[in-house]
This record gives sequence, C-alpha cells and structure tokens, in this order.
Amino acid sequence: MSQLSVQHLLGIKYLTKNDIELIFQTADHFKEVINRPIKKVPSLRDITIANLFFENSTRTKLSFELAEKRLSADIINFSASQSSVKKGETLIDTVNNILSMKVDIVVMRHPSVGAGVFLSQHVDAKIINAGDGTHEHPTQALLDSYSIREKLGTVKGKKVVIIGDILHSRVALSNIFALKLQGAEVKVCGPTTLIPKHIKSLGVEVETNLKKALEWCDVANVLRVQHERMDVSYFPSTREYTQLFGINKELLDSLEKKIVIMHPGPINRGVEITSDVADADQSIILNQVENGVAIRMSVIYLLAQQIKH
Amino acid sequence: MSNKLLLNSSEIHIILHRLACQLIENHSDFSNTVLVGLQPRGVFLSNRLSKLLKEHYNIKNVKSGDLDITFYRDDFRRRDEPLEANKTDINFIIEDKNVVFIDDVLYSGRSIRAALSAIQSFGRPKKIELLVLIDRRFSRHLPIQPNYKGRQIDVINNEKVIVKWTENDNEDAIYLIKKE
Repeated sequence: MSQLSVQHLLGIKYLTKNDIELIFQTADHFKEVINRPIKKVPSLRDITIANLFFENSTRTKLSFELAEKRLSADIINFSASQSSVKKGETLIDTVNNILSMKVDIVVMRHPSVGAGVFLSQHVDAKIINAGDGTHEHPTQALLDSYSIREKLGTVKGKKVVIIGDILHSRVALSNIFALKLQGAEVKVCGPTTLIPKHIKSLGVEVETNLKKALEWCDVANVLRVQHERMDVSYFPSTREYTQLFGINKELLDSLEKKIVIMHPGPINRGVEITSDVADADQSIILNQVENGVAIRMSVIYLLAQQIKH
Repeated sequence: MSNKLLLNSSEIHIILHRLACQLIENHSDFSNTVLVGLQPRGVFLSNRLSKLLKEHYNIKNVKSGDLDITFYRDDFRRRDEPLEANKTDINFIIEDKNVVFIDDVLYSGRSIRAALSAIQSFGRPKKIELLVLIDRRFSRHLPIQPNYKGRQIDVINNEKVIVKWTENDNEDAIYLIKKE
C-alpha cells in the first residue's frame, strides 16, 4: 500500500480507507520534515503546480503554496479577480492556457459544485480540489481527521459533532465522508434551517441541542456561519445564533469531560466560539493549521508520484 | 534463483567488533561524533554498533539516529514501484559534529548521495564518514567510497547481496542471491 487508488483528489467521496491511511502515514514523515532547521525536500523540483483560486482564500492558499514550496515544486498563482475570467473566458480555456505552460498539477478552488470533477475530465493534469462551492474541501477534512488522530491516537470509534452552518459547508460534507470512512460516529448540530434535509442518509445523526451534543462528543468541530453564501435569512439574528449555538468557556466547564475543540477558520470570535475557548488548551485550532501543510505536502507528493518522468 | 552464504553469524560478529574498534580509533570517546543509520536497512547495523560500543567497549556517550532519504532520492517518478518513506529520528544537533553514515550494502552510491543532501537539512556537519558492512566493488555510479568497510566483494549485475539480521529476519547472515 504505497500508492493512492485515485488519479486526482477531487473529494473524500472517491477515496478508500487505505488512501486516507497512506496520506496520514506520508504526512507523518512530512510533519517531521517541516520541523527541521531546513524545512525543504527536493522531491518535486521538476514539477510545476498552478494554484487556481476562483474564490477568495487566505489560509488554504497559503497552506498549499507553502506545501508546494517545501517540496521544491515550481508554482504559479492565479486568482480570478485579476484574470481574464472577468473578461468572459471559460474555465477550460483558462486552464488549458495555463497548462500550455507545462503545468503538471492544478490546485483549484471554485464556487461551482463539481468544478474539479469537470476539469479532471477535460484537461491533462492532476487536479486537487481546494474547495468546490458548498460541495467538498477534501484537504481540510483530511487535516481535521489527521489532527484528531494526532490528539486522540485514532479516529475510529471517536464521537465527533460538527456544529454550525452544515448546509453551506463543504468542510462539513468532506468531514462526514472522512470520519465515517474511518469508523467515527458523527452528529451534526445547528439551527434546523442550516441542516440539509437528507443529511441522515449519510449515516449521521442530527442534534439541535448544543449542550446535549457536547455532552455526547469527544471532539467538537465548530464551523463558521457563511453569511456570504446566504441569499435569505436562516436565523433571526447573530445574537440569537450565539445564544443557542455559540460555544463559551462556561458551557465547556459544565461538561463532565474535556472535549477537543476544532475550527477550520476563519473564526468569528464571539459568534460561534468565544475567544477564551478558541485559545484554550483543549483547542487544537493552530495544530490544524500546522497539520494542513503536512497533509497537503503528502497529497501533492503522492499524486506527483503517479506522473511518469 | 540460487543463494550462496557469504558470511555467517560468527564472521559477522567478528567484523562488527573490528568496525567498532576502528570507530573508537578515530573517534575515541564519541563526544563530538554521531552515528546515523540510513533507513531502512542501515538502521539494524547502526543499532548493533551503537549497542556494542556502549555495552562491550563501555563508551557511554554514543549518540545514534535514523535518517530516511526517500524525499532526497534521484529516482522519484523514474521507478515502476513507488517509493515508501520511513521514519527519520535525529534528536541531537548535527551542526559541527562528526557524522558517521551507516548502511548495510554500498552499491551504486546513490543512496549515500541522497543522504549527504538529507543531512544538510539538520545543519552543517564538521565531517561526514561512511561505514558499510558490504562494499560491492566495481558497481559505483558516483565517486563515493566508504571510510570503514566490513567486507569488500565483487558481484555481477544479476546478483544481489542480502544482509539478514536476527531482530528482523531471525538470523545474522549475508547471502549472495543469483537471479536466473
């Protein structure tokens, strides 16, 4: 088991349990690499990667860029706001133009669901999905599971609750696929308006009482309310949301056990999570960021391995 | 495929003692020297030597670590089989140290070339030496030679040298395997 079963990383849905284990084992090695005085390996010095961001991103873009640089790949960056996309160019044309410059791997974030899958069928390069609309964000789910594995030893059998805006969250969907594949129990918690109708068909349970959800879980993955994706109002006010679904120190202290707090960022301090919780020792938010680089190095390395010289 | 025993357990035992003594001759109390076993197979030899130095020759101060060279190899994407990484475990300072690379078989020299790059990630060593159990003569692709060698052998291309260790393979022995 030293090769991925897939040709691209389009979503967790397409991965096997062995793929995830291989990505984690390889990430273990890269985590050691990025803690060395010189945090760089020469493996990908003859590989070129294009980072195509058709949607805003700060941490994912930085994390991918750093991972690529740590592997010695050459990189080109592209963001839609400064490009010909604004002038009416199609996605395939944009990407084919970039691929003419001999690009081997494309990392793409796009507002449309399935953009990565579409691209993989039309262009000759490895595609890594860095988020497609409200669909999947596979590297985030991988780094979340990896962080749980690091903190609790294993993901199997752990109880994870995903709290917040499940409806608009690609992080939630990818996390559900990843956690279920590894044998974790998953619940989602949030206002009923922000929980998709058929979520139970994915094998997860719905809990609308935050206290009960926290009492049940080992890990709480707290998501941001994605106002930018909301065309109508899904709850009366931010204040009411915070009162019902915001996590504060008092609530955590009232639990019988110490649970692990995660957040994919960016955090809205004082809305879904208070500052003292975000900065508490049971929060692994910054470990997630560090692990993000190792996981992305691992995914890029394993896909690059398939490109024959 | 035919197997020929090159060295048996007691011959390996004698060689290990000789190599340990040669290291002591050059590095005396090991206060500024570190042993680095190359993953995967060099680690067994490195562990044996470090145990011998500590327990038999009573040198307290032997530091040893394991170095994986997978990400520094020059055949990434050029092989049919994917490369599988191993653990690197170096929890001491390399800067200004005398480093002794330890590997079981020296063949093309490419692993050592990769190890020379890999070790630089941890600092700038004062000096790097190479110790191998088996030196396959006339098969080098690069200008790399060992400072300490257990046994030098002449092997033709369709032959392979396999070093077995009790802790992994239930016996201490070195075989020459001839592919038909």
